[in-house]
Amino acid sequence: MIFGWTGRILHIDLTTQKIEVETPDLETYACYIGGKGMGGRYLRPVAHLPWDHPDMAVSIFSGPLCGTISPTSGRAHLVSKSPLTGLVGDSSVGGKFATRLKQAGWDGMVIKGRCSHPVGIEIRDSRIEFRDAADLWGMDTDAVHRRLSPGRASLAAVGPAAENGVKYGSMVVDRHFVAGRSGLGTCLAHKNIKYLRVDGAGRCTVKTPGKLKQARENILRLTAASPVLMGRFGFTCLGTGAVFDLMDNRRMMPTDNFRRTRFEPASRLNAAGYAKKYAPKKHGCLGCHILCKKIGQRNGKAVTLPEFETMSHFTALIGCMDTDLVIQANELCNRYGMDTISAASTLACRREILGTEYISEAVLSLLADIALQRGEGKDLGLGAAAYARKMGRPETAMAVKGMELPAYDPRGAYGMALGYALSTRGGCHLRAYPISHEIFRKPVATDRFSFSGKARIIKIAEDLNTMVDCLTACKFTFFAAGLEEYAVAFEAVTGIETSAQDLLKKGEAIYYNERIINALNGFDAKDDDLPARFFTEPGSGGHKILIPPINREEFLSARDRYYTIRGLDSNGLPLEEKAKALGLTWKKP
Amino acid sequence: MEKTLKKFAGKLIKAKLGSRSGPGRPLLGGLDDKIVWNRKAEETKILEPVFQGLHINSLAFLRPREPYQSLISFLAERALKTGGAITPKDCETRTFLHELPVIDELSRDKIIGILKNRKTVIVASNNRGPGDMGPAVIAHGAVSPEQGFVTISSVCFACFVKFFTDYLEALQKGTATDEEHALFDMAAPGLTPVRQKIPGLMKGPFQTEEEVYSAVAEAGLKTVEYGLVDSYFGNVSYLWNNTLYISQTGSSLDELSGCIDPVPLDGSTSAGITASSELSAHMETIQKTDCQAILHGHPKFSVILSMDCDPIEKEACRFSDQCHIKCPKNRWVCGVPIVPGEVGTGPFGLCHTLPRALEGSSSAIVYGHGLFTLGKNDFSEAFANLLKVENACKRLYFEKVGRLRNRL
Repeated sequence: MIFGWTGRILHIDLTTQKIEVETPDLETYACYIGGKGMGGRYLRPVAHLPWDHPDMAVSIFSGPLCGTISPTSGRAHLVSKSPLTGLVGDSSVGGKFATRLKQAGWDGMVIKGRCSHPVGIEIRDSRIEFRDAADLWGMDTDAVHRRLSPGRASLAAVGPAAENGVKYGSMVVDRHFVAGRSGLGTCLAHKNIKYLRVDGAGRCTVKTPGKLKQARENILRLTAASPVLMGRFGFTCLGTGAVFDLMDNRRMMPTDNFRRTRFEPASRLNAAGYAKKYAPKKHGCLGCHILCKKIGQRNGKAVTLPEFETMSHFTALIGCMDTDLVIQANELCNRYGMDTISAASTLACRREILGTEYISEAVLSLLADIALQRGEGKDLGLGAAAYARKMGRPETAMAVKGMELPAYDPRGAYGMALGYALSTRGGCHLRAYPISHEIFRKPVATDRFSFSGKARIIKIAEDLNTMVDCLTACKFTFFAAGLEEYAVAFEAVTGIETSAQDLLKKGEAIYYNERIINALNGFDAKDDDLPARFFTEPGSGGHKILIPPINREEFLSARDRYYTIRGLDSNGLPLEEKAKALGLTWKKP
Repeated sequence: MEKTLKKFAGKLIKAKLGSRSGPGRPLLGGLDDKIVWNRKAEETKILEPVFQGLHINSLAFLRPREPYQSLISFLAERALKTGGAITPKDCETRTFLHELPVIDELSRDKIIGILKNRKTVIVASNNRGPGDMGPAVIAHGAVSPEQGFVTISSVCFACFVKFFTDYLEALQKGTATDEEHALFDMAAPGLTPVRQKIPGLMKGPFQTEEEVYSAVAEAGLKTVEYGLVDSYFGNVSYLWNNTLYISQTGSSLDELSGCIDPVPLDGSTSAGITASSELSAHMETIQKTDCQAILHGHPKFSVILSMDCDPIEKEACRFSDQCHIKCPKNRWVCGVPIVPGEVGTGPFGLCHTLPRALEGSSSAIVYGHGLFTLGKNDFSEAFANLLKVENACKRLYFEKVGRLRNRL
């Protein structure tokens, strides 16, 4: 008997509307774990295909701890090829989708083919139904939720942005949770999927419940001791917006499309201000005790309050100073189903190119144009990199490998600089998440203005966060707990003897597989780089903090060290022997 | 990297956990693309392959000096005969390290076997005879050599507290062994005497923000210098201009410059997100009392006596395995209240118990954790209290032991 996993993976061919059930052996599960690992397994054989090829796989997986009492382990992970970047595209999403999927008896689903008409996939335990969704096509995600009123079930939907081919279309789960990055909503919409509804009555099996309870207690104790998570100003109280003031104080808030790193009105736009104005209540993913999601009230209506990146990018990055605009932009992006970071960054790029200032109405109008692919919105829907290229100003796109950068200026944290450049999905802060030690001082503080030791730190952190995404746990929890505690939970749930280091090793192989996928698509060292601005222009120093341009030689030297440590050649490409050692296959073309 | 390795090797020596010469010299290694060590040593032959077997970037190795050497040696040998791990009950170990695994030899595979899952491993002494260099504590980090330093500090603190706590309990139960008596007799005279003289600290109330920063940093530094806290732990705060200036989480109290967060009491900013995990307890305390200064250290005998409970009562208590969070009794030591509570803001967080205790007392001890003291408008009184309570606890501990041994 398999513990932890259900032992069943659902394969859906949309072209034929047929399903198949795969029952992998325990060895396969132990190797790929779940979430991102499983997604990578199904992406690799089709990695050479374009993102919109009918045979391209879109997978959604839970993890082995999902549905158990293991804390914050109920996330789902989407994997496909990104329409925005052409790289591995993946995104972790909360809500209750993964738990319901598992309760329905499925570890995950792999979707291929393309339906001839809009469809909704409804999963209730073993029953899979394809529902005509033509009448929902064009409807925003909120309206779909209201129309289908899923109740106990979990509902994931795409919005008009994805339907209309915006490259950064998202998938919205249970109204408040978004798989935003990489444009995976667009992948689903391209297959003509409008929504996925999942419910199940099963239970997730645990090998040693007593041991799991102990692991849970250890994790809860650590998260309670974490100021960032559960402190008075932490995520539980203020949401991820709690980071906003810190970025201001550290002089690393991306301002005016990363031309500056200080936004003077920031102190009026912080999380405390939102708390006062919108009276938020705590909300969170199923199985989470941190409850970082905040649902506020605006004009008598419940609204999802923005995450930190959205707060920052829809103010400082685009030169606006209206929290109501941020609330509306966030709501609009979620309803239309598009990534807030990419959307705001593309607007910031436009502002720099055109030299025009935004008023709130213009921002909201442009967001609608993007989602509905009207006028200028057609170009803006391509993302900042393609838009800037089209406008003849490629240097104004603040993106890495085509993905727009989040709200941490890399001149203020050199681990972040390296992490952005090397991330397998483009400009992403979550792959290595160095903010943990460079800003939050956990597990200990590192010098944020130094590359010393950072190459290995980034490599280890990438492996760690890969495993977190395989376990489909929440990365925030790892500001406090570690694989030391989660390995015990994994062992207790699955009965498979393991250790924190064993899990890291598996994370290393899964991440290396992503480097291989990207290499197959022509990505190499030239792409592992930052926009030139960061090497030539200083940020906005002050209060005894200097924000100089990043020293390019030091950056390149750290990147070279990373290549050595990761087992890549000097051009950032995988090595046959390293791949083999990790149980992967790779032959240099 | 070399600079960092040297810094933390130096801090282990300064904290009197390691020595400048001999086997007690700290050995720290760091790895980015190449391994570097703070010094040459035989042990690197065994430790370098450990780097290859683990996803880590640093290792710290220390054969602690006395009294830690003997205490750890004793506890490690005992652990090898039982479950293979020392299980201290102090708060830091319980929260962050869980237990302290022990192996019987300095072997690459055995070290890797443990460090695959744990932050630290203790290598027991191999013979305790001539030539025995004593037990070693090994700890790793994936971010900085500072992690190894912090872990080794914690291990030494935890083992010290555990031995003296267990010994007192064994005497009370009448189960103390000759070996324990001998070890106590050997270790006790060598303990660093607690200093009596209070340092001249900056006088408050402070007029400028700069003064506040300086006073907080000075209080932290002196608390470490007086041995009332290990460098990495504890916290300090001062209320000025409706803002609480508090040491940052994970900051070293002897290096607070640049590591103090101003946190407005009105909650208008969340910049305090990097403040000490005890921020809530500090804020509550400030609001409940008319004090401006709070000092929190981990003086060892205050921590030891906070866990001292009559064995008969303890056996009858339904919370006897959860004393740290659910102790139902009003307990005092040397006139200072003892409260249960864990680090942080969880349901059993000390933020729910400590501020109430400090409303009626200028000092309070959190069970198995540490001592908090208050100062009206500067740190002089808080520091004096910290010292006074620790001195009193130390005296009381030895009196108790003396009385119990006289009965033998």
